Amino acid sequence: MAKRESIRDKVSIVGVGCCHFGENWDQSPSDMIVDAAFEAYADAGIENPQEQIDAVFTGSVYSNKGPHECADALKLFNKPVSFATNYCATGTDLIRLGVMSIAAGLYDTVLVVGYDKPKDRGVSGPSVVVDRVRDLPQTPAGWFSLAAATYFDKYGAGREDLAKIAIKNHANGCLAPKSFLKRPITEEDYFKARIISWPFGLYDSAAQTDGAAAAILTRSDLASQYSKEPVLVKGVTVRAGPNPQKDPNNDFLSWKPTAWARDDVYEMAGITDARAEIGVAQVHDCFSLTELLTYEDLGFCEKGSAKEHIADGTFELTGDLPVNTDGGLKTFGHPTGATGVRMVYENVQQLRGLAGDRQVQGVDGKYAVSHNIGGHPTACGIAVLGRQ
Amino acid sequence: MIGITSYGAYIPRTRLPLSVIGGRPPKEGGPERAVAWNDEDAVTLGAAAAIHCLKDLDRSQVDMLIFASTTLPFQEKQAAALVARVLDLGRDVETTDHTGSTRAGTSALRAAFDAVKAGSARSVLVIASDARMAAPKSGMEANFGDGAAAFLVSDGDPIATLEGAHAVSDEVTDVWRPAGHEFTHSWEDRFVIQESFTPNMHAALAGFFESSGTQIEDYQRVALYAPDARSHAGLAKAAGVTTDAIQPPLYGRLGNAGTAFAPLLLVAALEAARPGEKILLANFGNGADVTAFTTTDAVEKLGDRRGVAWNLARRRVVESYDDYIKAKGLAATEWEAGTNPGLSATILFRERDDDLSLLGQQCNQCGAIQFPAQRLCETCFAKDDFARVRLSDRTGKVVTYTFDFFFPTPNPPTIVTITDVDGARIHLQVVEIEAEQVAIGQEVEFVFRKIHESGGRPNYYWKGIPKPD
Repeated sequence: MAKRESIRDKVSIVGVGCCHFGENWDQSPSDMIVDAAFEAYADAGIENPQEQIDAVFTGSVYSNKGPHECADALKLFNKPVSFATNYCATGTDLIRLGVMSIAAGLYDTVLVVGYDKPKDRGVSGPSVVVDRVRDLPQTPAGWFSLAAATYFDKYGAGREDLAKIAIKNHANGCLAPKSFLKRPITEEDYFKARIISWPFGLYDSAAQTDGAAAAILTRSDLASQYSKEPVLVKGVTVRAGPNPQKDPNNDFLSWKPTAWARDDVYEMAGITDARAEIGVAQVHDCFSLTELLTYEDLGFCEKGSAKEHIADGTFELTGDLPVNTDGGLKTFGHPTGATGVRMVYENVQQLRGLAGDRQVQGVDGKYAVSHNIGGHPTACGIAVLGRQ
Repeated sequence: MIGITSYGAYIPRTRLPLSVIGGRPPKEGGPERAVAWNDEDAVTLGAAAAIHCLKDLDRSQVDMLIFASTTLPFQEKQAAALVARVLDLGRDVETTDHTGSTRAGTSALRAAFDAVKAGSARSVLVIASDARMAAPKSGMEANFGDGAAAFLVSDGDPIATLEGAHAVSDEVTDVWRPAGHEFTHSWEDRFVIQESFTPNMHAALAGFFESSGTQIEDYQRVALYAPDARSHAGLAKAAGVTTDAIQPPLYGRLGNAGTAFAPLLLVAALEAARPGEKILLANFGNGADVTAFTTTDAVEKLGDRRGVAWNLARRRVVESYDDYIKAKGLAATEWEAGTNPGLSATILFRERDDDLSLLGQQCNQCGAIQFPAQRLCETCFAKDDFARVRLSDRTGKVVTYTFDFFFPTPNPPTIVTITDVDGARIHLQVVEIEAEQVAIGQEVEFVFRKIHESGGRPNYYWKGIPKPD
């Protein structure tokens, strides 16, 4: 296998954009794509995208319109526009495709746009998929909750630990201007809410919203030509995994794709001590337990010890390793295809010191990690960013 | 010697107390009826009875399957072929449905004997199953019950031989259900009893006694179909059946199980019978028929069978009439059931060995068992080198679980597990257990159930139930 660190520092992020996430009843996918892309253009100082953007990588989980939806919204024609999807890891995969295309020497500057518009479907959560007789019920809450009985049984954690994650992410979401939910919750609210799929209640579950997020990537040697302080891509990867529901040796204590992607991307970036070297992380909190497992699977703490670190406040804004500083999928919102790009948006703000009331202190010289999982989960994407 | 070589029964675990129909709470010991719940219908009841009947027997010997029911889920598309696939009987099986009358079960049984006697079949599986619906709060709703019985008729070492049979036919619109109607209709019950049930039963009995040269006193067990307890008692008395000989008709426990009713009484008689007993079975529906059996020494040697007693001992009492109405699909809903074409027929076709027969595959290279069938081994990645293995008659163990409140069902939550069956992992709903009783390591066995009604038709798959003691 090729040397994994070969991609490190070759590509920089010079502009990011994100529309307001939420129930954007009055916005079409095109409206949101334009909002996100033009914010990224402005951030990067791009005044003539027709000339300055060489290629576009766009993706969504729900759209069936392919690359045209984005190309038409931005009128970016006569250039390569590709559409990719990787369930809820789509956003990170789009970043990866953009990075690879530049690292391969094909393009100088590319635009990445992830988006989704689930609120046109008339249901508050994801639809129950009934296209077979097997594998039912088919809802994300039902997939991700399957790790709860086993984890609780082995490590003695419970809903009271999950509650703290939900409360943290609700608090952080209040500080992010573009987040969907700006409403703090209490432990009482958490336990009073209805159950979706045990042990997940309403406040364990991400808010499915509309949204679009964009990033401008360029060759690192060209990055200084753009207006803002660039952020280096230290590593980005995607790993596919087996369906955990039929994987014969799945222990339901962690999700395999996360562990595999972690090993790969830490090697790319040169991370050997995740807890010490990572200053801020945006992780895939589609459900509270997913965030808890990810603390352990990304090496922020030992397997089985997450509840102690949650109790210590390690992952809160003022903690040792703040996680989901903008509220995460839980409250910032989860427009599936956009989420991985939104995480990069937040990490770029944090690394630049521009995150306002939610700015993490002591992030200088440290890495910012974003983590996406998709499917049952059957995929994981991780991006590591840094300033130096 | 030709005869019944095995039997099985299935009565849904759910019981609806008649007091609940009347808007009162359940009363322990009060009358009740068996109810096919939302994931059960005549096919699933019949499949369960057949699985119990075939326990520990070589299924490859079965070369004919007759499915008898008045509540076939499809008017066109055979229930017998579906159940043959569920039982993994292979392709060289003659399948046929008998329907149209509550006598379909006994006429199927007689046809099975004729087929084996004529040499046109080696071993015939007869299934009689019904899950009839009556209008909410009607007398018939309280009277009906759901269930299924199955018999294997073969030339072998039978537990009971056929001594004779006689049937009479009659054209009368007494109890009927036009095509497309959900509920059974009946003319005034006094007319049904006086002009149809009583004269037809007496005619069949008289004809049978004359042709067989026997009389009622010759029979140690007499199982009589009757629409209700009162007409049952009246017929027994008029026919001269002694109290000792009468097979308890199970009103107030099972209910009138239609096509399955008389066959279930025969199962109950066989369960209790000693060798050398004579059993008389009389059935009714557009005429009447009488069938007589003599038990052999083998009746005491047949291994453990899940019969009527086993089924009646398992109970879950419905506490609320609303729950019953929802489970039977009789509650108004915001959206009408869609008229979409349903699941892709080609996908159902390709996956029928997995979904209907619950066949997993065992890798010839590494030995790992997996489900569903795939081209490459889940464990060693070997390509196209597998043997199919039937998982439906194995037991599994719960690896992990969740309780899903989101999936549409009349009684949330849906209990969902990952169940391990000899190494294969199956995403499996588990039913007939309370959420708080589910545990990692729970042993489950497989039951064939209706999974949803996409396309306005039943779509079936397997679920787990806690392994019975």
